Amino acid sequence: MTGYTATVTVRLEQGVLDPEAETTRRALERLGFELSDLRAADSFEIDIEADSVADARERVTEMTEQLLANPTLHDYEIEVEQR
Amino acid sequence: MTVAVVQFGGSNCDRDTVQALSALGVDATRVWHEDGLPADTTGIVLPGGFSYGDYLRAGAMAARSPVMDAVRTAADAGTPVLGICNGAQIGCEASLTPGAFAVNRSARFRCEHVHLRVENADTPWTRAYEPGAVLEFPVAHGEGRYEPGSDGLEELVAADRILFRYCDPAGRVTEAANPNGSAGNVAGIVGEHDHVAVMMPHPERVSLPDIGPTDGRGVLQAFT
Repeated sequence: MTGYTATVTVRLEQGVLDPEAETTRRALERLGFELSDLRAADSFEIDIEADSVADARERVTEMTEQLLANPTLHDYEIEVEQR
Repeated sequence: MTVAVVQFGGSNCDRDTVQALSALGVDATRVWHEDGLPADTTGIVLPGGFSYGDYLRAGAMAARSPVMDAVRTAADAGTPVLGICNGAQIGCEASLTPGAFAVNRSARFRCEHVHLRVENADTPWTRAYEPGAVLEFPVAHGEGRYEPGSDGLEELVAADRILFRYCDPAGRVTEAANPNGSAGNVAGIVGEHDHVAVMMPHPERVSLPDIGPTDGRGVLQAFT
């Protein structure tokens, strides 16, 4: 078994309104910054012991689909690195 | 013969719901989620509140707690299930009903009275009302924007699964009357079968004549 850290990034699907990101964007503009757009995402770092990168990825994918992301709203990406 | 009002850590409308049901003559009891459903459960309410502190997404944690397997089994066997506010978020997160509730369009918590138009009066939850009737209910939520998912709204409309839409006092479904940006002004829907329902407005808060209007009684009469 090897130690891995999986980083799961969960974001709203394109086209789903994100009022918090919109509010954050407006606040940055009020501070005088110029920007074209802003997207927010949640990031989770999960440490697990697994036989391989593929094994780690499979288990973290299951975690993401069962809890971390809601398929009605979200897309997700998973990156796995050896610790 | 009891309606189980399932209490999670952070639920805060459980007592109100029991009181509102009791006032209608319905035997109702609060059930701590870890204790499971009583053997004589004849109905289930997932009450409002902030279960698990709304961590991750409102309702996400409670939806995956063990008691929800029992709720799902009971629902499959025909037991009426109603999710109110946080309970609605739990119901969608648990896939008892389709779609999801996202952050309000205004990004603000909305706590106010709204008007609802009865869309389908042929369900246990709306049988007490006339089709098109305009009701006044309170809402109190930060994540109440109904997102049906792709093609979801058309499917809900086609299957007549929308219970209520947010409207103005005259019953017009307008953007201005939509407190949270819900798709199609949807305020409440039924699941695959109409004995399972979720809604963001609070029927239990407009059910006791001693404290005001009683428009919400009709919804709770599904348990009588």
